[in-house]
Formats: sequence, C-alpha cells, structure tokens
Amino acid sequence: MMKYSYFPGCSMDSTAVTYKKSFEYVADKIGLELFEIPDWNCCGSTAAHTKNEKMALALPARNIALSEEANPGLDIVTPCAACYSRLAYSTYAARNSEETRKEIEDIIEMNFKAEPEILNFLDLFSDPEVKEKCREKMVRSLKGLKVACYYGCLMSRPRKITGEENPENPMKMDAIIEMTGAETIEWDFKTECCGASHQVDAPKEARPLIEKIFRNAAANGADAIVTACPLCNMNLDMREEEINKLYSKKYNIPVFQFTELLAVAMGAGAEQSGIHKHFFPAFDRINEVIRANWEEEKKKAKEEAKKNPLADGPIVVGKAGK
Amino acid sequence: MDKILNREEGRLLAERIAKEAGVNVRECYQCGKCSAGCPMADSFDLMPRQVIHCLQLGDMEEIFKSKSIWLCASCHTCSERCPHEIDVATLMEKCRIEAQAKGYCGQEDVKLFNDIFTETIRYFGKSQEVILEGAYNVASGHLVQDMENVPKMLKKGILRPEMNTVRDKDAIKKIMEKTEEGGAVK
Ligand code: SF4
Ligand code: SF4
Repeated sequence: MMKYSYFPGCSMDSTAVTYKKSFEYVADKIGLELFEIPDWNCCGSTAAHTKNEKMALALPARNIALSEEANPGLDIVTPCAACYSRLAYSTYAARNSEETRKEIEDIIEMNFKAEPEILNFLDLFSDPEVKEKCREKMVRSLKGLKVACYYGCLMSRPRKITGEENPENPMKMDAIIEMTGAETIEWDFKTECCGASHQVDAPKEARPLIEKIFRNAAANGADAIVTACPLCNMNLDMREEEINKLYSKKYNIPVFQFTELLAVAMGAGAEQSGIHKHFFPAFDRINEVIRANWEEEKKKAKEEAKKNPLADGPIVVGKAGK
Repeated sequence: MDKILNREEGRLLAERIAKEAGVNVRECYQCGKCSAGCPMADSFDLMPRQVIHCLQLGDMEEIFKSKSIWLCASCHTCSERCPHEIDVATLMEKCRIEAQAKGYCGQEDVKLFNDIFTETIRYFGKSQEVILEGAYNVASGHLVQDMENVPKMLKKGILRPEMNTVRDKDAIKKIMEKTEEGGAVK
C-alpha cells in the first residue's frame, strides 16, 4: 500500500524548491498516494526545543492529531530531518507515558493517540514496494558518478527516536542511490552535523563544520554530495562558494537532494527535477555523466544491433521530460 | 531574576535536571569521549565533559554562564557515543532552558534567533524564512549575513514573497500560551 499522510514542513514551500519538484515528479512516476495534513503548522524546529519542552512536544503533536483525524490509519512521511525528529519525539514521548500523552491532549485540545509511525523520506524510499516501483521507472544511468551520501544528525540520532541500527554508518540512502547506477563512496562525515540553524545565528563558530564536510567528501573522491533534508542541503549548497573563498579552497562538489538523482534517472528534465536551480552549479556535472552513459549504450546497441535499454539521452533545457 | 545560585541550590537544581533527563551523572568517569566527538567543541568555553563535571558538583553557575549550552547544535553525537549512555545532549538542552528561565544568556545571537523564530510561529503558525532572516538580521545588526543570497533566491523562485500561514491561528496561539506557563513535562 503506497498511501501516506504527508507533512511537507515549512521549507518545502520556500527554500527547498529542488527537493519539492523532484519529489513530486518521482511520486507521480511511481504512483505514491499522499494526503497532506490539513492546516498543518510548523514543527517548532530547533527554536521550540531550545526554549520550552512542552512547546516542543505540543506543536508537532497538533499535526499528528490532525493527521489521525483526517487521514486515519495512515503513517506520516516528512521530507525534513528536523520535522521528522520533532514529530518522532512527540510520538515517542506520548507512547512512553500516558501522563505525557494526556498532558499534550490538554494543551492542544484534541485527541492525540500517537498511533501513526513517523517516517522520513529515506524510510519511505526504503520500503520494498516503493523501491521496486522506482527500479521499474529508471530510464537513465548515473554510472560513473561518485556520490557521498550525507545523512546529518537527526535521521540517525538519537537511536531511541530513529530506530537506526547503525547511527555511525547508516546505509539507507546509499541503497536508494545505487538504484540510479551512481556509485556511493565510503567516507567519514556521513552523520556529522552541518551546524543547522547555527549557520545563521553563530556563523563564525559553525562555518568550519561545513568546510570539514566538503573536505572529507573531496578527500574520498566524491563528485557530489547527496542529502535528504532541506536544511542540510541549503547549508551545503548555498555556502559552498563562500567556503571556497573563506578557506581558499577549490571544492567543486555539487550538492543534490537524493530525490533529484532519482527524478533525473527516471527521465525528468531540468524543470521537473530542479537541478538547474542550485546555488552551486550542478547541471553540467550530472549531464556529462548521463551523456557518457547514453553514448556508451548507443554504441553498444549499435554493435549488438539491439534495442537501446536506456531510452533517455541528456537533459535539454526548456524541454519537458517524459 | 535570581542570578547567583548558592551551593545548595545549585546541587538541588543539578539533581532535578539529571532526574528529568533520566541520567545518573555520577556514572560519568570523565573519559572525554563526548568532547572528542563534539562538532562545536572548538568554540565551547566549557567542554561537554566539563558540563557533566559541573553537574556532578552542582556548580550550575558555571554552566549557566557558558556559551557552550547555547552553541550546542543538539546533534546528539555525545549521547550516542558515551560509554555510560549518559544523555549529554539532553542535559545540555535542559541546562539551556533553565539558564534562560533564570535570565542567563551566554550567546545573545542564538537566543535572538530562537526568539524571533518562536514569534513567527506564534503569529503565522508556519515559519516564514524571509521574515525570519530579515528580522534576525535587523535585530542582530548582521545585515550582510545571507542577504546576498536573497536576490538569487527570489530570481530562482526559491523564495516566494507571498505568505503561507496556518488558518486556525487561535489554535497555535493557545498552544504557545499554555506551554509558556512553564514547568517540565510530567
Ligand atoms: S563520554 Fe560519557 S562518561 Fe565520558 S566524559 Fe562524556 S559523559 Fe562522561
Ligand atoms: S549535542 Fe551538543 S554537546 Fe553534544 S556533541 Fe552535539 S553539539 Fe556537542
């Protein structure tokens, strides 16, 4: 059953345009049924749990309660690592203490059973049925692209919230990316922190965190970094140029959302995947890979005089994909 | 605002914080693994290990004055790696909340950002990135910060000028008001 209650979170409607476009393309391709939680609110993010524990539990709980009401029986998926963490915390707290659950109900003045599972996008795309559907839709190969999968903090930690078996070396995103033909590398900064909102409120202290992430990815031969969170993505993509200037480096590592690579491998054009909307140029790098694979396949097909299994060539700007 | 905590008050407060976090700070043997893996440690004036040490001693004043509790990114690396399963990240967070309630602030900009973020939730129900960044930059005086990226964002359609707000504004206001009455979660 590929039906889910959907919590987009605030970034999906603003800064996460590439994530949104590419996810919508993929969801449509594979027939994912999503029911957006009506009138959802901000999960409270870092600000709420920095200030006030009850607020940090109650804000996400209202969304879960709305979901239970409007989308009964459906698990909740969310694209943002912070939203995921906050929704999962409220669920964990309510499931572990009847007193807390009731207290939250009193605050939000709604029934709150904490029944739906909270899933991030890596959970969603690790579902065997979703994966199988994705595999069926692949029309391009990203073979030859070396990718560093960056998970960040909150999809792995804390373990009691995420259920992640190996918080130091998670593999879900690696397994998803491998469907595109791209090669995922081993590196050391998979779950290091990107600094989150400290990139805004403590830039001097937090910038080094990003530099170290690029440094480690480069040292391990990555052509690209792939993320699964609007904030992680923005912190890396938007600040790469600045990092190069600040530290006199020449990192040339585009940063993709994993859904962009899925969309492109499924035949999405630039408009549909958002890959031309990056801060740090990403389009040419990925198109080179696609072209090389396409030409190799064409050559092979000619030699063997058989049908070309990769139906789609490079991306043409301004032309819709299939 | 009672700023100075005497020894006994500090000890009781440390005990309460540890109890709420479900942690026995006596089990910390000061190995320093939490500090070694902390991504923000380079900017900390009190290492995560030292925060735990202060909790053992009941020296809350030292913790409340520190920048560290504000610069902690809540990444949970420390808690994940502690050989004694001491939930350092949660302790940092509880210390920050207590410090704030007592009027301490070791890092004004971080507090300011979180305050403005909370206010945008109170009034709009959703976080408004343009307003958030704009208001923060004006209030903090860091006008260039990220602002060079805004025209690029508008051009690429990454930021949209129109507002996205919750319809049931009263529901959100009520949640904010009720939770601000204070007290830890039962
Ligand atoms: S890792 Fe754990 S035991 Fe070691 S110093 Fe930190 S809190 Fe104490
Ligand atoms: S949670 Fe805070 S103290 Fe712990 S490792 Fe992360 S930044 Fe450091």
